[in-house]
Amino acid sequence: MANLVARTPCEGLLPVTIGSVTLSEVVIERMAAVAPFKGKEGAVSAALKEACDIVFPAPNRTSSKGDARAVWAGQGRANVIGCDLPDLSGLAAVTDQGDGVAAVKIEGDGAEAVLARLVPLDLRAATFKRGHTARSLVNHMAASITRLGPKSFEVMVMRSMAQTLVHELTEAAEGVAARG
Amino acid sequence: MRLICPHCGERDRREFTYQGAAEILDRPSREVGNDDWADYLHLRENPAGETKDMWYHDPCGAWIVVHRDTVTHAVHSGELASEVRK
Amino acid sequence: MRIAGKGLIDASKRVSFSFDGRRIEGAEGDTVASALLANDVRLVARSFKYHRPRGVLTAGSEEPNALVTTGSGAGAEPNVRATMVEIHEGLEVKSQNRWPSLGFDVLSVNDLAAPFFGAGFYYKTFMWPGALWEKLYEPLIRRAAGLGALSGKNNADRYERAYAFCDLLVIGAGPAGLMAALTAARAGADVILADEDSRMGGRLLAESEEIDGKQGHVWVAEVLAELSGMENVRLMPRTTVTGAYDQGTYGALERVGLHKAAGGHLPRECFWRIVARRSILAAGALERPIAFPDNDRPGIMNAGAVRAYLNRWGVAAGKRVAVYGNNDGAHKTARDLMAAGVEVVAVIDSRIDASVALDAPVITGGRVIGTKGRLGLEEITVASASGERQIKADCLAMSGGWNPTVHLACHMNGQPVWDEAIQSFTPKPGMIPGMEAAGAANGVFSTAGCLADGARAGEAAAADLGKKAAKTKMPKASDGAYALEPLWVVEGKGRQWLDFQNDVTVKDVRLAAKENYRSVEHMKRYTTQGMAPDQGKNSNVGALAVLADATGRGIPETGTTTYRPPFVPVSIAAMGAGAQGKGFAPQRFTTSHAASVERGAPMIEAGMWYRPSYFARPGESTWRQACDREVTMVREAVGICDVSTLGKIDVQGPDAAAFLDFVYTNTISTLPVGKVRYGLMLREDGHVMDDGTCARFGEGHFVITTTTAAAALVMRHLEFVAQGLRPDLDVQLVSVTEQWAQFGVVGPKSRDLLNDLLDAPISDETLPYMGHQAAQVMGVRGRLFRISFSGEHAYELAVPARYGEALYRVLVARAEMLGGGAYGMEALNVLRIEKGHITHAEIHGRTTAFDIGFDKMISREKDCIGQKMAAREGMVEESREQLVGLKPVGAVKQLTAGAHIFVEDAQAKRENDQGYVTSVCYSPTVQSFLGLGFLKNGRARYGERVRLVDHLRGVEAICEVVNPVFFDPEGGRLRG
Repeated sequence: MANLVARTPCEGLLPVTIGSVTLSEVVIERMAAVAPFKGKEGAVSAALKEACDIVFPAPNRTSSKGDARAVWAGQGRANVIGCDLPDLSGLAAVTDQGDGVAAVKIEGDGAEAVLARLVPLDLRAATFKRGHTARSLVNHMAASITRLGPKSFEVMVMRSMAQTLVHELTEAAEGVAARG
Repeated sequence: MRLICPHCGERDRREFTYQGAAEILDRPSREVGNDDWADYLHLRENPAGETKDMWYHDPCGAWIVVHRDTVTHAVHSGELASEVRK
Repeated sequence: MRIAGKGLIDASKRVSFSFDGRRIEGAEGDTVASALLANDVRLVARSFKYHRPRGVLTAGSEEPNALVTTGSGAGAEPNVRATMVEIHEGLEVKSQNRWPSLGFDVLSVNDLAAPFFGAGFYYKTFMWPGALWEKLYEPLIRRAAGLGALSGKNNADRYERAYAFCDLLVIGAGPAGLMAALTAARAGADVILADEDSRMGGRLLAESEEIDGKQGHVWVAEVLAELSGMENVRLMPRTTVTGAYDQGTYGALERVGLHKAAGGHLPRECFWRIVARRSILAAGALERPIAFPDNDRPGIMNAGAVRAYLNRWGVAAGKRVAVYGNNDGAHKTARDLMAAGVEVVAVIDSRIDASVALDAPVITGGRVIGTKGRLGLEEITVASASGERQIKADCLAMSGGWNPTVHLACHMNGQPVWDEAIQSFTPKPGMIPGMEAAGAANGVFSTAGCLADGARAGEAAAADLGKKAAKTKMPKASDGAYALEPLWVVEGKGRQWLDFQNDVTVKDVRLAAKENYRSVEHMKRYTTQGMAPDQGKNSNVGALAVLADATGRGIPETGTTTYRPPFVPVSIAAMGAGAQGKGFAPQRFTTSHAASVERGAPMIEAGMWYRPSYFARPGESTWRQACDREVTMVREAVGICDVSTLGKIDVQGPDAAAFLDFVYTNTISTLPVGKVRYGLMLREDGHVMDDGTCARFGEGHFVITTTTAAAALVMRHLEFVAQGLRPDLDVQLVSVTEQWAQFGVVGPKSRDLLNDLLDAPISDETLPYMGHQAAQVMGVRGRLFRISFSGEHAYELAVPARYGEALYRVLVARAEMLGGGAYGMEALNVLRIEKGHITHAEIHGRTTAFDIGFDKMISREKDCIGQKMAAREGMVEESREQLVGLKPVGAVKQLTAGAHIFVEDAQAKRENDQGYVTSVCYSPTVQSFLGLGFLKNGRARYGERVRLVDHLRGVEAICEVVNPVFFDPEGGRLRG
């Protein structure tokens, strides 16, 4: 029997370059929400360190090593991306989320200006540094926003909102580009 | 208006959903009579000044007790509901 | 008239635009106002109420008279101030509130009837008969009085909104603002400097002042060069800070593309939300007119505006100019005009002892007591100790003093304080937390004083922010004292206009006081003074002075009206930018969206989701035909439906079962692993919140579902219970709605279909009704639930969302081979009504478990949310409206949801109301219309005939009250 074909959330929508900004899809192969049970955060962090050389991140922070990264994902929770999780049974709720999000990378000189049209956050480089992450909004969508570098960010929203995310980012980028 | 999320810091009000006075945390047991239950559910102070109320920080999922002032609009603090109840 | 060699713009760079169809030549950097004045166009508008001819009064955003419409078609923008519109090639400008033309306006007859139209005229005149107000009077009045008109078309222009953050927001880039920004920026603060003008510099661009021996604008350019070279400074010209809000939030309107032709991606405007730890209000001051008789003719302007047009734009506002004032500042206008070679015919100073060192005719102790000129000023009459005389003049520059621009400082309900020396209000510290005023906005009017006050405020802000400012070397500038004598009203024959924009006169304010509208807030509403788009910027202080005098009080005791945002009008397009059309709400698409659209399904909105309505096949011309066929297909073969939009929440933890026992009415902890149970959630007040299923995956692992509509609400509720009410329980909640694509496989052939696709076949033994298991489907690990919303033998199959589209296409193709296919929301709804299953049409927030016949589902073995209140008396009375089925007796055309239920022979009026209908459909299975509804004591009334009346749609039907389960009440098909 033929296998089912997988599709990524932004397939056919990205990449696109507008002015100084390029939007591209970050393909998430594996991602799990890890939510430690009461008093188990230390043990979870230790297990992650052992298995993937990353720690359970503090609020608004990420931890990464190679392809493996943990992104704080709201109260008591992190999304662990790109590594095989150790056995956390009894330590944390582990939930597959790799199909639940659309992730887009926003890169270029105008990246911060584009996000300033949509995100009610202080994204200045001095306050929101590389490796910092925030749970916030992209226009009306709940989103995870992470700074990847001086001019690049990653934005994650619910998978079903991929088209809206691309639409919003495109329109904001067009406005920024038109200012020259 | 900017509110304080204990996890995320000061954030724009649009990230939050309001849910009434913080007295909602003091849930009576089911042995308590209907009148007290009705008070708990429906009767609220309407203070001019200091007040504590419930806000949900939608993007991070935290329920927060916000201590603020309805006269000056000052926002004093935000505490996790789970900590308040401890 | 343009004066060669004057002004800061290059008059050789020609730009042409049109005004009422006439081609006007201006220069790059001109506003519509400066270009019109350069072309000797004085008549620009007609007033709001009396259609009085009006011209430009000011040179800023406070302009009350020169309102025009720019652009045409959908992008036409009415009521923009000619003083703020920068001209560009091809710009179309039209005057407003006139017919047939600006020069000849029929409704100017209103002006002749003015004696009848005083304050309160409408209230007094159109009182009776009341019924005529809406039908006759109001439309007539609205047509006669007014400003520009909206196009009524959808504006396709782009607008934008944006967020900014800084340590210090400096509002206004005049001498005080520039010094403040410079001082704080040099100390290392992150500074935003916002100014509403296209060019920064404030009054330094409008005056012939020198700073450090340089012309003012040269000094400005040097400061701006330094600021723009600093990484920690952001300059925002063309940006008006419109409001001060809580916690250091400021609204600001940036005119991004209004000075260019519309089109492309450049936004017209951007509405900023700026969050600043500190702010400095350096917004300057606004000059006030003098209320003398007939002071509103085109050509009568504020003296400071006349200087601005001369010094900045090289435009003389008249050929024979008279100057009238109560302060030394007005003299500067005469001096600058004379230096530019413009004839100054009189300098009239109201002060008897004024010393005027000018080589022009000077009248001290003088009063302008009348003016002439039908469409523009021709002559003034001046009275003084030496008697009355007429002076020919085409421009009168007036100054009644200056009012600090305190507005933003008052936006959080603070009251400014009266300053006797400047005869105006100044802000007091602390009115807005973190804000300080500086310069003219702070009541400091000399250039040297503004520079020093700005530096002081900049240093203080830097210190507050933990930065140390180096000692600022103060630039040298003039430091003359500002001397004035109060001058509010000049008596004489003719109306003394206070509020030019709403046509309010001194007489109106006095009438208000006489009729006992003595409170300033009452006077404002009675006369409409201060209620026009300029919000009284030009008239508030003057009107207060008149009211104070009329009521025998001082001005401070009279007090001000409340200052509210926005400082200038903000277009709705800018404020709502990004929230119209697709930006109104996110669109949520299921993985099967493209496949449904390909099959021609109309997509309907369900919350933010889009779901297929029905899938019409060739030969089906109405939705009903498709829907009937889909229902029958499901009942006889197999149907496929995307149910991914239902909320799915992963509940894990040692206390997961105890937690679910607490949020559901029924007991979940006894549910075996591998089984599914229906669950009902109440609100704490005892009404139904939502329903769904709960599947147990392990001792401490459940997946629960919510309805599509309530998914976010239920998640928030569960988090509230977990964090706020039961933090003792160790449980974690994670939404997995988006992780899984889930499809209903529904109908007698559902298992046959699945067994072709699953790696391991299923049977009643391996997967009975209300069971679930892991399933391998075409190489992908999924989840299979045997649950049913339709009453048929049915499954829901879930796979990770990346495989959703592929699986849906396979399922539909297989179903079609078995005589089935895809079905949409219409069929889904019919299938559930046939089974009497509820949705949010029934659990609409006012129904209890008792009402829907589920009160037995509230377990008394344990506490749960809503248990206590659900048992209250009144919540379980037999007389409550209870869920029933409604089946027509005889032939009916249709049933309607929303119809009310009456005893068959009772009159259909409110007092006889017995209940209402919530859901209706045509059932091809039962071959009848069916309805669900709530009927008083309904469960005891099966068999009774009732009358359904929909007053709104004019529909009536006789129905029999029946059990709400119309089809297969024994449930045999579920297990079959």
